[in-house]
Amino acid sequence: MKKLILGTAALALTASMGMTDTVRMGTEGAYPPYNFINDKGEVDGFERELGDELCKRAKLTCEWVTNEWDSIIPNLVSGNYDTIIAGMSITDERDEVIDFTQNYTQPDPSGYLALSGADVDLKGGIIAAQTGTIQAAFIASSGATLVEFSTPDDTIAAVRNGEADAVMADDAYLRPIADENDDVALLDQQELIGGGVGMGLRESDGDLKAKFDAAIASMKDDGTLNALLAKWEIGPGF
Amino acid sequence: MIFQMFSYCNDPSILEGFNWLSCYLTTPKHMNFYFSFGTVLLLLAITAPTALLFGFGGAMAARAHNTALSWFGKAYIAVVRGVPDIAFFLFFVIALDQGIEWLMHHAVCSDWDEPIRRGNDFVVCPQAKVPLSSASQWAHKSYGFALAVVTFAIVFGAFAANILFGAMRAVPRAQIETAEAYGMTHRQAFWRVLVPQMWVFALPGLSNLWMVLIKATPLLFLLGIEDIVYWAREMGGAKTAKFTAYPHSDWRMWYFLTLLGFYLAFTRISEIALDQLMKRLAHGQATAAGEAQRRANT
Repeated sequence: MKKLILGTAALALTASMGMTDTVRMGTEGAYPPYNFINDKGEVDGFERELGDELCKRAKLTCEWVTNEWDSIIPNLVSGNYDTIIAGMSITDERDEVIDFTQNYTQPDPSGYLALSGADVDLKGGIIAAQTGTIQAAFIASSGATLVEFSTPDDTIAAVRNGEADAVMADDAYLRPIADENDDVALLDQQELIGGGVGMGLRESDGDLKAKFDAAIASMKDDGTLNALLAKWEIGPGF
Repeated sequence: MIFQMFSYCNDPSILEGFNWLSCYLTTPKHMNFYFSFGTVLLLLAITAPTALLFGFGGAMAARAHNTALSWFGKAYIAVVRGVPDIAFFLFFVIALDQGIEWLMHHAVCSDWDEPIRRGNDFVVCPQAKVPLSSASQWAHKSYGFALAVVTFAIVFGAFAANILFGAMRAVPRAQIETAEAYGMTHRQAFWRVLVPQMWVFALPGLSNLWMVLIKATPLLFLLGIEDIVYWAREMGGAKTAKFTAYPHSDWRMWYFLTLLGFYLAFTRISEIALDQLMKRLAHGQATAAGEAQRRANT
């Protein structure tokens, strides 16, 4: 009897909470223009605008959470938040652990940033990248010496202080830095790696994935996604 | 425009020198930085007594006559002291969080027929989430903070237990024997004779532990709490004009120097306070320091 009452209460709770359930959006907050913390101390950037619009279209209440890049996947699968929306490229390796929505950016070319005028040997030099990124995996197999850092910011600092010859990262991240600083410049060489950026979800969260997939598709269809991509200057549109 | 404390901060691009700096240092983002100092101090204020309590319990258990209890106390001290801190902070917290949710799940969702472990995923029913995913951000932050306090308390409690265990044994056996000769029970002798006298032996070890605890607070970020080191790193990093009204180059050195000053000042104040405490505890004790005090006064 007691079980029955509890069960009914639980059912009633589920029914009433179905409306107000909050989807927690996990991001890194250190990778402009994708995501960063603005002067107000809030999450901002391309993915903030995109995520808010997706939640609106999918009729979900969303809340933003920041988490360090290193532990962003373990904390998703253990349920501390429900999505990863952090400029994460879709790769087979990650797909084994989590699920991805369809990509919301085209594969963005990765670029190299080095000190202005430096002659960098990309096949045998020392290249910096953020730990656990597609760029780090690429450098590891290219023959160059890879040095890894836990934040994107540290990889840039490594080039400035001579620890690395160049840093490899998404072009959209490196370009504003190269534009505004005279001491560093982008190299001509670019690499096309990764399958575009998607939103990461738990493999057991099929419903939520379907909702976000539909929302992304509708943004692709009506051109709002392209407008956002152009606004934040991230790669080519769809 | 962005809310700021001073009215002249509306257009930072035309500001210079002191005005620019005063606006820069009062952005809402910087307020988060200042606030995080409070978080760290609050953590210390709650964790230190909790760890001491864990330590006291652990030491009492370790020296209990009951074999099982004594075994438990000794295992706690040995295991937790042996596990690397970083492993403990990375895995234990997730395990603790999942353990709580697992218990909640069995308490409120007994009719749930899907498995909790699905491949890599850990999924409990929505009502068993702690805190509920519809709870306010504040509730999530407090929960994270509470997990951090418990984790710190368990780790530092094991070290404190070892120190207190040693301190209890350092109290001269003759003191206890005298107490028993006066007809005190085991319990009375423990609380009235042994405990008041053990602190003087424990304090050097405990003060060490306090210093280590202060230095260990940056581990907070591993637990998902935005502490002073996180904010110093985030705000010190080079900022491009495209994404902030206050672009600057790599200023991490200045932010970390501020933290250095904070930690040094804090440990110095702690040292002074602990020295005072030691003087007071040594008063009237049959130790070298207590004897020196007695001679100075006569």
